[in-house]
Amino acid sequence: MAQMTLLQAINDALKTEMRRDNRVVVFGEDVGVNEGVFRATEGLTKEFGEERAFSTPLTETGIVGAAIGMAVYGLKPVPEIQFADYIYPAFDQVVSELAKFRYRSGGEYSCPVVIRTPYGGGIRGGLYHSQSPEAYFTHTPGLKVVIPSTPEDAKGLLASAIRGEDPVIFLEPKKIYRSVKGEVPEGEFTVPIGPARVVQEGSDLSIFCYGAMVEPCRLAAEKALEKEGIRCEIIDLRTLYPVDEEAILASVRKTGRALIVYEAPKTSGYGAEIAALIAERAVEYLEAPIKRIGGFDTPFPYTLEKIYVPDAIRIFLGIKDVMAFE
Amino acid sequence: MSSKSADIPNSAPLLRAMTDSTKAGQLPDGLTAQDLKQMYEGMVLIRAYDERQKKLQRSGRIGFCVTSTGEEATQVGIGHALQDQDWIFGYYRQYGMMLYKGAPITELADHLFGNRDDYAKGRQMPAHYTNRRLNFVSSSSVIGTHLIHAAGAAMAAKYKKDNAVITTFIGDGGTSANDFHSCMTFAGVYKPPLVIYIVNNQYAISQPVSKQCGAETLHLKGVGYGVPAVRVDGNDVIAVYNASREAFAKARAGEGPTLIELFTYRVGPHSSSDDPTRYRGNESDQWLSEDKDPIARTRNYLKSLGLWDEAYEAKIWKDAQNQVNEGTSGSEKKPEPDWNSLFEDVYAELPPALARQRDELIEQESEFPRQQEGEFPL
Ligand SMILES: Cc1ncc(C[n+]2csc(CCOP(=O)(O)OP(=O)(O)O)c2C)c(N)n1
Repeated sequence: MAQMTLLQAINDALKTEMRRDNRVVVFGEDVGVNEGVFRATEGLTKEFGEERAFSTPLTETGIVGAAIGMAVYGLKPVPEIQFADYIYPAFDQVVSELAKFRYRSGGEYSCPVVIRTPYGGGIRGGLYHSQSPEAYFTHTPGLKVVIPSTPEDAKGLLASAIRGEDPVIFLEPKKIYRSVKGEVPEGEFTVPIGPARVVQEGSDLSIFCYGAMVEPCRLAAEKALEKEGIRCEIIDLRTLYPVDEEAILASVRKTGRALIVYEAPKTSGYGAEIAALIAERAVEYLEAPIKRIGGFDTPFPYTLEKIYVPDAIRIFLGIKDVMAFE
Repeated sequence: MSSKSADIPNSAPLLRAMTDSTKAGQLPDGLTAQDLKQMYEGMVLIRAYDERQKKLQRSGRIGFCVTSTGEEATQVGIGHALQDQDWIFGYYRQYGMMLYKGAPITELADHLFGNRDDYAKGRQMPAHYTNRRLNFVSSSSVIGTHLIHAAGAAMAAKYKKDNAVITTFIGDGGTSANDFHSCMTFAGVYKPPLVIYIVNNQYAISQPVSKQCGAETLHLKGVGYGVPAVRVDGNDVIAVYNASREAFAKARAGEGPTLIELFTYRVGPHSSSDDPTRYRGNESDQWLSEDKDPIARTRNYLKSLGLWDEAYEAKIWKDAQNQVNEGTSGSEKKPEPDWNSLFEDVYAELPPALARQRDELIEQESEFPRQQEGEFPL
């Protein structure tokens, strides 16, 4: 095992999978010589050459569209979109083409493209370097959506995504690229896509979260225990589609209370899906209304980012709120 | 400059004015000594502003900055040709045009600090300026999206018979983006009063232009769309002015759009987050030499006309630096926008769900004011 940051773990997964399978190719803006603006692709061109790790012209449609063609032809492309906010110019290729290839060809063709992209707030990126677009993609049949929150998961989930036969939107919480460190198994290693991770067990309330929200949830839960004696269970969803329904339902059946935390705008955010799932399948276990804490229904701000992104204080107040319901 | 310049072959020469030896020692057509000095001072002010931005960023007082060192002539040459009713749809590197059009430093600096007086209300990252008074339109960070807006605005100006020219800007990298092609398509079909500038500073972050586009020059991208195009030395302020003046006159006469490739060089990093030595070593040093740096070239030209001496040089730099220091220090002291402003301008009227979110936040904030960032106040 080695200590790695989330970013190093992603780099390690790319290297390991490229060594294992010569069909894996990595490309995107500045990923070659510059090794990625976040350095996620460090050393790839050096080790695998320009044919397998290269910089592209500035066209996201081009990047995703070309990846689709390569995948249809038998490669395993892992394109990078420099910031998730820039996936929108390629949105049509992602939702109309990438997601539908298998279905529309009656299974004759598949498109195993893994789109990696840093997402989310917390780095003073303002409107266009901070968005959390996961809900658009979970709303698109044909795509898998994966969000790691630990270095170990980042490596293992990315490896699974690359080995799989389906397109995956792999969203990397850039706020914790370097701040989160952890043990990561060396060499080939996978974490299955699907199962959620229990961050901590608890009996009073279930908190569902993912990505950079896991850490403030942990902090808030710690305070809730210390100040109010509330024992929170925290579930890191890891995969938003297909989501681990059983883990969510089992937790709610145990605690009877649910809080969902995400940083995208609250309305029609991914939390609504979790809330609906619980309402459909476990309502009889609920002892309080389900609560969602999200970003506000505004574009992502620059100066006021610290107020926009849910923090431990807001989460703590949310925990108290759910617990207060008799 | 040839108006049939879309026919210029691949090896198209750069249109130049100042380096043309016949011009040394004589005033260029249509420009007075006063014009030339104004342009020179405009470039000095942009550079002084950039130096200040870099210092503010390095000392952690602003989070991020973008400079345009080496590209001053592109902004001033165009700025000098613009009229008040004309519009600018730029990206993050054209703020020098705002300065040249007379925006006080404080207006730009308020944006750098994202403070209470920032026109964008502290919502955008630094370098996403907006200024309605100067027809300088707010830009996205998403590369290229504004180009087709400019084409639409130009169609509107034509429809309203406003005699306005719409200018729009894109980097060499940005010419690969989807909307560049949509813009060129509309420009070619509807022939609106639009001038599209490709600021070819030879790199899109780390990607050199040769790996961005398979054609030898970028101005060729006009040909396929039926938009006349020229290729100009972007470090020659007079050539930039001349090409712009001609394109604007054509646009105002109802003769449609022009594409202008400005061949220049980005001397600094892409932004304060970039380390250009990773992909181009120390190559940029030579671009601040006397024969390339647009400011040095203009200085030499002024000298040849007897319009320059050391005292003048010292004075204009001092003036520029004072202006920049005063303007930025004022902005630094202003408070950040009221957090309530987060909910403004999303819609013309606040929808109920958003009003509820705001009210909840007000309640929470009064219960647990965020005095110290990062600290759990409970
Ligand atoms: C659609 C999109 N993709 C990627 C980016 C990230 N990005 C910001 S600037 C830039 C390079 C732009 O280069 P160029 O167009 O040549 O302009 P320059 O910065 O050199 O003036 C990139 C890739 C972005 N802002 N928008």
